[in-house]
Amino acid sequence: MRYKSLTITSIFVLMAGVAGTAFTGENWGKYAAGEKRSGYTFMTPETRAMQDDDFANPAFLWVEQGQELWSKVEGEAGKSCASCHGDADKSMKGVGATYPVYAKELGKLINVEQRINQCRTERMKAKPWKYESSQLLGMTAYVKNQSRGMPVNPKIDGAAASFFERGKAFYNQRRGQLDMACMNCHVQHPGKMIRANRLSQGQPNAFPLYRLKWQKLGSLHRRFRGCNKQVRAEPYPFGSDEYVNLELYVMWRARGLPVEAPGVRM
Amino acid sequence: MATKPRVKVPQQVKKGEVFEVKTLISHKMETGLRKDKKTGALIPRKIINKLIVKYDGREVFKADFHPAISANPYMSFFTKATKSADMEFTWVDDDGTEYKHTAKINVN
Amino acid sequence: MSKQGSTQTFTRRQVLIAASGLALAGFVSRVRPAIADAASTQEAIKKVIGGKDPKPGRIKLKLPEIAENGNTVPVSFSVDSPMTKKDYVKAVHLFAEANPRPNVGSFYFSPTSGKATASTRMRLLKTQNIVALAEMNDGSVYMTKTKVKVTIGGCGG
Ligand code: HEC
Ligand code: HEC
Repeated sequence: MRYKSLTITSIFVLMAGVAGTAFTGENWGKYAAGEKRSGYTFMTPETRAMQDDDFANPAFLWVEQGQELWSKVEGEAGKSCASCHGDADKSMKGVGATYPVYAKELGKLINVEQRINQCRTERMKAKPWKYESSQLLGMTAYVKNQSRGMPVNPKIDGAAASFFERGKAFYNQRRGQLDMACMNCHVQHPGKMIRANRLSQGQPNAFPLYRLKWQKLGSLHRRFRGCNKQVRAEPYPFGSDEYVNLELYVMWRARGLPVEAPGVRM
Repeated sequence: MATKPRVKVPQQVKKGEVFEVKTLISHKMETGLRKDKKTGALIPRKIINKLIVKYDGREVFKADFHPAISANPYMSFFTKATKSADMEFTWVDDDGTEYKHTAKINVN
Repeated sequence: MSKQGSTQTFTRRQVLIAASGLALAGFVSRVRPAIADAASTQEAIKKVIGGKDPKPGRIKLKLPEIAENGNTVPVSFSVDSPMTKKDYVKAVHLFAEANPRPNVGSFYFSPTSGKATASTRMRLLKTQNIVALAEMNDGSVYMTKTKVKVTIGGCGG
């Protein structure tokens, strides 16, 4: 049964105080690009301060782990990442700003997590790391951190085009018991409170990131799963084609915003 | 533990200078108040309950942590530079495990 | 308020699910122990400082005005003291009045600390007062109280 008076806005409350000023008026410098704003600009000063200082940012516990693993020999090929890629600050620069990319050998898109595991299984003859393991999160954060400050700029033409279109369709598709699409929250209502959560534009540029709620580092796909569950929709598996296509679309939405990996969010 | 503790001290300090020491360690800090979602059983408390800091062999700072300290405990404090020596950090887990880290203090 | 949004309708059920789901996600599995209050905090304080009567002042407590997630609330304090052998702060104790258990942490200093200043992060179940106590070497005790608003509660502790 439908109640006309219960509009979608009844679960969105206009925010007041700190949260309100976070959205309008202020000059967010590098954390904004035109109308686009990083999730950073929706956080309280204390959460932002935690991201601003690499020592205060707990995500760096994992980045350091990634850095150590970079030169650790593993697998039957007797190699480490460094054996082939040398210094990460040169060889990995730009990766975090441009992925996911089309992988010819697979005939589909591949994200950074999957590229890392591809190198492990095919080139190192080592076991892949599990999605959301501290090793894969740490290495992904370490690799993406080499692009920190670079503007997000993924390629969506050529072979990537049809996958991009699928990601875009997913973004605008209503789903779940609440029958809501990503865009219903992140395009139509950024800046509003949805219960105790302050909605941002849902930008991906700081992932993997440390969420105060998770009390640890988490991947973009973990966030996608959370957002799907919020509308009582079945989440897709980590690293599923659906989520990698969606990842390309949200990265394209974020173009111009700086890579922040690893960020800090509420 | 998956990751190592992090400690930040200045590269150089002058004798008599009061300097800041920042520490971070990864730990779940299980409160003992949460239930396992599947079994419904109480998850036992497991926290880091103490941080002890020695400088040149003498204790210069100590903290007692309760379950209300956040996961991945962060702690910063100050101390006075006396001489070039090691600063030793020990985090004590409820299960008795000690996590250790040493930093060099260079005094000129 | 919203442009396109106002034309969309929701069933009452959808709204209720959204409301409860978003507000309670992550908390359903938490046990609800008796929450501490000012009285049990007084008791915890007594255990730490004995029968002493704390005086107001000397401690500066720095806390966010609003903590967006109670899991990780930064807290710093600084006690006004010369930190000499004759006159120094021995310890600072933090309490959260409305957590399941009021004790947060105790921090011990000596004259070689130079200053009795420190920072950490704590869990807060909900909006509440934070109490800081400073024990001086001469046996006197000082106290400060500050309120923190918590948007989403942490697990307490
Ligand atoms: C035996 C050599 C070798 C090892 C060892 C290796 N890689 Fe690679 N890696 C490559 C090659 C070759 C490519 C280029 C693949 C391509 O472009 O199709 C590559 C590509 C990548 C890319 C994508 C770079 C880009 O610009 O698109 C990333 C990220 C990466 N590797 C990470 C790692 C990590 C992390 C490790 C260690 C866990 C590792 N690699 C180990 C050879 C290696
Ligand atoms: C019911 C509203 C709602 C819907 C629908 C929704 N989200 Fe979210 N999303 C949130 C909330 C609340 C947050 C946390 C606060 C914030 O950053 O907006 C969030 C956060 C995010 C973030 C993290 C932003 C950052 O800076 O940390 C991303 C990325 C994101 N969402 C993507 C998506 C995608 C993709 C979809 C569709 C599959 C989606 N969301 C659907 C409510 C929603």
